[in-house]
Amino acid sequence: MATLEIRDLHVSVEAENGPREILRGVDLTVKQGETHAIMGPNGSGKSTLAYSIAGHPKYTVTGGTVTLDGEDVLSMSVDERARAGLFLAMQYPVEVAGVSVSNFLRTAATAVRGEAPKLRLWVKEVKEAMERLQMDPSFAERNVNEGFSGGEKKRHEILQLELLKPKIAVLDETDSGLDVDALRIVSEGVNRVRDTGEIGTLLITHYTRILRYIKPDHVHVFAGGKIVESGGPELADKLEAEGYEAYTGVKETA
Amino acid sequence: MASANNSGSTTAGSIAVREAGAPDELAGPGTGRMVSQPADARQVAVASYDVADFPVPNGREEDWRFTPLDRLRGLHDGTFGNVGEAAVEVEAPAGVVVETVGRDDARVGKAGAPVDRVAAQAYSAFEKATVVTFPKELAPGEPVVVRTRGTGTTGFGHLTVSVEAFAEAVVVLEHTGKAVYADNVEFLVADGARLTVISVQDWEDGSVHLAHQVARLGRDATFKSVAVTLGGDVVRLFPRVVYDAPGGDASLYGVYFADSGQHLEHRLFVDHDVPRCRSLVTYKGALQGAEARTVWIGDVLIRAAAEGTDTYELNRNLLLTDGARADSVPNLEIETGEIAGAGHASATGRFDDEQLFYLQARGIPADEARRLVVRGFFAEVIAQIGLPELQERLMARIEAELEASV
Ligand SMILES: Nc1ncnc2c1ncn2[C@@H]1O[C@H](COP(=O)(O)OP(=O)(O)OP(=O)(O)O)[C@@H](O)[C@H]1O
Ligand SMILES: [Mg+2]
Repeated sequence: MATLEIRDLHVSVEAENGPREILRGVDLTVKQGETHAIMGPNGSGKSTLAYSIAGHPKYTVTGGTVTLDGEDVLSMSVDERARAGLFLAMQYPVEVAGVSVSNFLRTAATAVRGEAPKLRLWVKEVKEAMERLQMDPSFAERNVNEGFSGGEKKRHEILQLELLKPKIAVLDETDSGLDVDALRIVSEGVNRVRDTGEIGTLLITHYTRILRYIKPDHVHVFAGGKIVESGGPELADKLEAEGYEAYTGVKETA
Repeated sequence: MASANNSGSTTAGSIAVREAGAPDELAGPGTGRMVSQPADARQVAVASYDVADFPVPNGREEDWRFTPLDRLRGLHDGTFGNVGEAAVEVEAPAGVVVETVGRDDARVGKAGAPVDRVAAQAYSAFEKATVVTFPKELAPGEPVVVRTRGTGTTGFGHLTVSVEAFAEAVVVLEHTGKAVYADNVEFLVADGARLTVISVQDWEDGSVHLAHQVARLGRDATFKSVAVTLGGDVVRLFPRVVYDAPGGDASLYGVYFADSGQHLEHRLFVDHDVPRCRSLVTYKGALQGAEARTVWIGDVLIRAAAEGTDTYELNRNLLLTDGARADSVPNLEIETGEIAGAGHASATGRFDDEQLFYLQARGIPADEARRLVVRGFFAEVIAQIGLPELQERLMARIEAELEASV
C-alpha cells in the first residue's frame, strides 16, 4: 500500500532579504485509500507544502524527509517524482503556448506509464474522461491552459488526475474560483478517482465548502508553516463555525 | 516565456510620429527614388545598382553596426576570393515558366535598386539570373522549389519571381552547401496575385550569406514570406516590401536558431507609401551557446500618403543558455495621422521555469519538456508555411539543434 510520509519538513524560499523559512516542521502521513484535508488561512504555507512535495525549484528543503513507500522523494527530480506516483493539481495551472492539450496529455501519459498508450484506446479514454468532466472536445486542440477560465483550468487538472492515475494526489485549492456547478463536476471527478481505492488524497483548501462533496477521513489545521491540530471530519465543522482565529489570532472564515 | 529583458539582449524600440502634413518625401530604399531626407526607418541614403556608389562600410554605419564585417569574407569590400557558380536548380509544376537570362533582361532589377554595398556588389557581379514566372491566373497548387547549393566558392546570384495578375504561387527557396554568397531576390506580385515564399537558410558551417529579398506588391496583392534561418556562420537577410497600389497585404514571418558562433541577422523594411495597405511581421528566434548572436531590426515607415495603413510587428527571442545575445530593434515611423493601426512588440527571455515545472510535474523528463516548449514557441510561425512535409522537416531540424545542447 502506497504511503507518503513527511517528517519534520522545513522549507525556505529566497526572499529579497535572504532566505525566509515558510514550513517549520511539517509531519504528515498519507496512505493509499485515505483522504486528508489540509485547511489553513492565506499565506500559512499550504502551497509551499504542495510545491515542496512536487519539487518546485523555488523551494529549498532545509530539513526533514519526504518518502514515498520508503523511497527518498527529495532526491528525485520533478519528473521522477511524478513517475513515482505523485501528482500535484496546481492552484494556478501554467499556460504553455504552442503545446496542445492532446499532445501534452499523451506525452505525459507516455512518460508516466512508461510506454505510449495505444492510440485508439487512448483517444477513447481521453474523450470519455473529458465528457465526464463536461469539457468540450475542442479543448483537446487548444494550447495548454491558454485562455482557459479559472474553472476550465481546474477541470483540466482533474482530467490529468483521472488519466495519470497517481498513487498520491495533492490538490491545491482545486475548489478556488469554481462556481457551484463546476465545484460539483470537479468534485465528482476527484471522487471517481478516490472510489478506486488506489489513491491517497491530500486536499488543500481554505474553505470547508468542497468538503461537502469530498469527504475527508482526516482534517488538519495548517497555520504558521505547520500542522497545528489534527482530527476527523468534525474538525472541519468546528473551523466552519469558528474560523481560524483560535490558531492565528486573526479573524478569518473557513 | 518569461518576457523580462536581461543582460543577454537588447531591445530598443521606437515609434516616431511626424506631424501630419509635414513634407512628403516619396523616396527611399527600394522605391527607385533617392531619399532626400534620411530618417530612422529609412536606414540608408543611397539606392543604386552600382557597387561603386557605396563606400566600403566600416561598421559604424547604422545598417552595419550589428554585423561582424571581419567575418564577411570580403563581400563588403571587394576582397572576396574565388568566384564560382553556386548550383541553382529549379523544380516547377506545369505552367510555370523558368528561364535563365542575362544581365540585360528587362525583368531583372524591376523591384528596385540595391540599398547597400553587398547587395549592389551582388547586382554588379552576377552573370546569369533565374526568372520564374507564374502566368496570369495560374494556380498550380504545387510549390516551385529553387535549390541553391554552395560549392565552396564565392558566388553572386539573382532571382526574379514574377507572379502575374491573379495567379497564386508558392515558392520555396532552399540554401544549402558551403558558400560565401550574396544575392538579390525580387518578388513581383501583380494586381490581385498571391505569393507565399519560404526561404530556408540551412548552410553548412563556414558559410556566409547576405541576401536582399524585395517584394513589390500591386493592387490587392497578397504576399507572405516565411524566413527560416538555421545554418551558416553569418547570415544576414534583408527582406523588404514596397507597395505600388492600395490594398497590398504583406505578412512576413521568420524563425531562426543560432548556435554558438553563429551570427544570424534579419533586418526588415516595410515601406508604406500608398494608402490602405497592410503589413504584419512576426519573427521568433532561439539562441543557445556562448557566442550565439542574433539581430532583428524591424523598420516600418508609414509615409504621409499611406492613409489607412494597418501594421504590426513582433519579435520574440528565447535565450536557451547564458552568453547568447539577441538584439531586437523595432522602429515604427509614422508620418500620417490617418492610420488604421500601428504597433510593435519585442521581448527576449529565458525558458519559463514555471512551464518546465508544470510539464515535468506530469512526468515529462526535462529535455523532452524543453523540446515541447521550443516546439510550441516556433509552432505558430512554422504553421504559416502551409506545406506539412516541409514543416515537419524544419521542426525536426530545430529539435536536432536543440538536442545539441541538452
Ligand atoms: N519568493 C518569496 N519571497 C518571500 N515570501 C514568499 C515567497 N514565496 C512565498 N512567500 C511567502 O510564503 C508564505 C506562504 O505562501 P503559500 O503560497 O505557501 O501560502 P498558502 O497557504 O498557499 O496561501 P493561499 O491560501 O493564499 O494560497 C506567504 O506568506 C508568502 O508571501
Ligand atoms: Mg496557496
